[in-house]
Amino acid sequence: MTKLLVIIPCYNEGDSLPLVLEQLLELKLPSHYLMEIAVVNDCSKDDTKWVAELYPIVVLDLLVNLGIGGAVQTGFLYARENGYDLAVQIDGDGQHPPRELIKLIDFYEQTKTNITIGSRFLAAGGFKSSFARRMGIRYFHWLNKVLTGKSIYDSTSGFRLFDKSAITIAAAKYPDEYPEPASLVLFSNAGLSIKEIPVIMSERLAGQSSIRNFASVYYCIKVTMSMLFIFARKSSWL
Amino acid sequence: MTRIQIITIAINFIFIAYIARLITKGKLREEYAIVWCVCTIFLIVFSFWTRGLELMSKVFGVFDPPNLVFTAFIFVILIYLLHLSVVSSKSHHSITRLTQEIAMMKEKMKKEEQERKKA
Repeated sequence: MTKLLVIIPCYNEGDSLPLVLEQLLELKLPSHYLMEIAVVNDCSKDDTKWVAELYPIVVLDLLVNLGIGGAVQTGFLYARENGYDLAVQIDGDGQHPPRELIKLIDFYEQTKTNITIGSRFLAAGGFKSSFARRMGIRYFHWLNKVLTGKSIYDSTSGFRLFDKSAITIAAAKYPDEYPEPASLVLFSNAGLSIKEIPVIMSERLAGQSSIRNFASVYYCIKVTMSMLFIFARKSSWL
Repeated sequence: MTRIQIITIAINFIFIAYIARLITKGKLREEYAIVWCVCTIFLIVFSFWTRGLELMSKVFGVFDPPNLVFTAFIFVILIYLLHLSVVSSKSHHSITRLTQEIAMMKEKMKKEEQERKKA
């Protein structure tokens, strides 16, 4: 039996959450899979918490707004504490269609990769983002190649499947801000394998991205800094 | 003793008394008060010993004694600000951990209550 935890970090996602949850609950996974859903309510100002509590799922309600990193980490802590074998992060805004989860699981079953990233850039069709965002993603692809030696195109994708060793690391030290690109360096430092597979993403149903103004130079600098520092932590000279 | 000496010494004593009061009332932790006490003691020493400043400037090769005061204090303040950032980062981390732990405990309690109701 493989225990899978679906972590849904939410900040004001009350409008889009029901659809995501309904799709997830209807999902047909391989028979030896036991799926549980954990909504992490990051101190939402709307009715996210009440909406989530209508469903037969785990609701982790944060009293203080921790941001995306702290919220997702709560999910990993819960997964570690309760002995889950796999954890997957799915955004509450409907950006990651639950049916695409099957692809991640299939890929994991075949390869036993530690971290499987659902990438929107390897697939034809589906939602592709703006030019500025694509430029940013190209830059991070390059930076990832330099720092981790791995070729990852969609380093900002939150749609990722973690195995047990990745859950342990993420529960212990998940980056606070802009965790998606930064945590890749963390996992690569720990010697975990990271693979990317194509998935089709849709446009968010409602709510706002945790990365606003992706094009802003400020964002790129901050992420670069946090990636560099996590990278430096590995080497002994700092 | 010149007038400015008396003024600075008086202010220094008021300052140190205020710090002592904050500590006794529990509004300031001792570990953060040390730096303020040391600074005040320095100021008091140099308020009494006016020749000291000129002497120090000569030792450090600073042409104008007041410049030494400004440089030294700006440096001390910068270091202290950095220290405060470290302290605040640490508190931030603690709050994050506490919030996560509370969220998990609330969920656990809810689950146990549901099971009790069933039984």
